[in-house]
Amino acid sequence: MSIWTTFHKWGSPRWFYQFSGRLLPWLGGLSLLLLIGGAVWGLALVPPDYKQGNSFRIIYVHVPASAVAMGAYMMMAIAGAIHLIWRMKLAAMVMKAIAPIGASLTFLALLTGAVWGKPTWGTWWVWDARITSVLILFFLYLGVIALHQAFENREAAAKACAVLVIVGAVNIPIIYWSVEWWYSLHQPASIRFIGESSIHPTMLRPLMATMSGMYLFFAWAMLLFTRTEILDRERNTRWVQDIVCSGDKKPESRSVL
Amino acid sequence: MALVSLALAVLRRDLLAAARRGSEWSNPLVFFVMVCALFPLGIGPEPQRLAELAPGILWVVALLASLLASDTVFRSDYDDATLEQMLLSHQALYPQVIAKTLAHWLLSGLPLSLLSPLLGVLLHLPAAGMLALMASLALGSAVLSFIGAIGAALTVGLRKGGLLLSLIILPLYIPVLIFGSSAVKTAVDGGPFLPQLAMLGVFFLIALALAPLAIAGALRISVDQ
Repeated sequence: MSIWTTFHKWGSPRWFYQFSGRLLPWLGGLSLLLLIGGAVWGLALVPPDYKQGNSFRIIYVHVPASAVAMGAYMMMAIAGAIHLIWRMKLAAMVMKAIAPIGASLTFLALLTGAVWGKPTWGTWWVWDARITSVLILFFLYLGVIALHQAFENREAAAKACAVLVIVGAVNIPIIYWSVEWWYSLHQPASIRFIGESSIHPTMLRPLMATMSGMYLFFAWAMLLFTRTEILDRERNTRWVQDIVCSGDKKPESRSVL
Repeated sequence: MALVSLALAVLRRDLLAAARRGSEWSNPLVFFVMVCALFPLGIGPEPQRLAELAPGILWVVALLASLLASDTVFRSDYDDATLEQMLLSHQALYPQVIAKTLAHWLLSGLPLSLLSPLLGVLLHLPAAGMLALMASLALGSAVLSFIGAIGAALTVGLRKGGLLLSLIILPLYIPVLIFGSSAVKTAVDGGPFLPQLAMLGVFFLIALALAPLAIAGALRISVDQ
C-alpha cells in the first residue's frame, strides 16, 4: 500500500469514524487508569517534598496539562497546514476539535500554576517568562476559537482558522523568545523557582504516569470531538443516517459516542 | 520591474484614495491623543510617575491605535468589490498586498510616530527617550501593520469583524511591544537602544517576507466564501 492510499484512507471521514470508534475505549480506559493510578500514587504514596511539603503534589496535574497544551497547538497547526495544502476535510475537523481542548488544558495549567504559586511563592500570579508565555498561548487558542465561531460558512471558517493557526505557530518561537528576553531584563524576582533542581525519581515516576495519561486523554477527547464534528458535517450522507437510525433502535450502540 | 511598478501603482492609488477621504487616517491619531490624555487623569498628574510609565503607555496606546486602524486596510476595497477585481486580475497578489500594507503604514504608523514626541512631552517623557520613541514606533508600527493586515484579511468578509480582529491579532503584537517599549526605556536610562531597534528590524524583514503570503491566502478565503 503506497503512502497516498494511506493518506486517502485517513482522509475519509467514514473510515476515520469507524477506526476511531474501535480506538476510543482503549484510549479512554488506559488514560483513566493512568490518570487515577498516577494521582493515587502521587498524592498518597510519594513522600512529601522536603521544602514544599505536600503542596508540590499539584505537579501531577500541572506539568502534564502544560506539556499537552503546548503540544496540542503544534498539532493543531500541522492539521491546519494539511488542510490548506492537501484540502483534507478531516484535518480541518481535527483542527477544530483540538482548539477547545487545548484552551481548556492551557487554562488548567494556568489555574493549577496559580494554586501552586500561592503556598510556594506566596502569590497567585508572577509575571515570569514561562507563565506569561502560557498566558499568551491561552490567548492564541481563544483567538482561534473566536475566529471559527465568527464564520457562518464552515469551509471558510476552517481555512481562515488554518491560516491563523499557522501564523500563530510561526510566531510562537518569536513570542516565547521575546518574553524570555523581556523577563531577563527585569530585575530577578525575590522568589526562587524550582525546576532547576532535578526531580527525584520517586516523584518522577508517578509524573510519567499522569503525563502519559494526559496525552491519552487528549487523544481520546480529540477523537471524540472529531467524531461529533464528522457526524454533524456528514449528516446528509447515507452512512451517518444509518448510524443514527440504528442508534435509535439499539440504544446500547449509542454509548460509544 | 513589472512587479515594482505594479506595487507602486497600488501604493499610489491607495494614498490618493486616502487623501480624498480624510477621516480614515486621522481617526487613529485622534484616538492616540485622547487615550494618552486619559492616563494622567487615571493615575494622577505627578510628573515623576508619569515619566516612569510614559514609554509603556505610549507604546501600548500606539499599538491600540494601530490595531484600530488595521480594520480599514481592506474594508472599503472589499465593500466595493475592488478586492475581487484584484484577485481576478492576472497580476501577482504578493506585491499588491505589500503595497497596500505599506500604504496603510504610511497613513497610520508613520503619522503616529511623528506625533509621538508631542505626547511624550505631555506625559513628561525625558528628552533622551524621544528619538528612540519615534524610531521604534516608526519601525515597530510597520510590523504591526503587516500583522494587522493578516487579521484584517481574515475578518474582512465578516459583518462584525472589529472586536474579533483584536482578539486574534493582539497576542501576535506582543514581541513588537516588548522590544519597542524596551528601546524607549533603555534610551531614557541612557543606554544604547540600537539592539532593540535592530530586533524590530528583524521582525520587519520577517513580516515583509512571510506576512504577504498569509495575507494573500486570507484574502482569497474571505472573498471566496
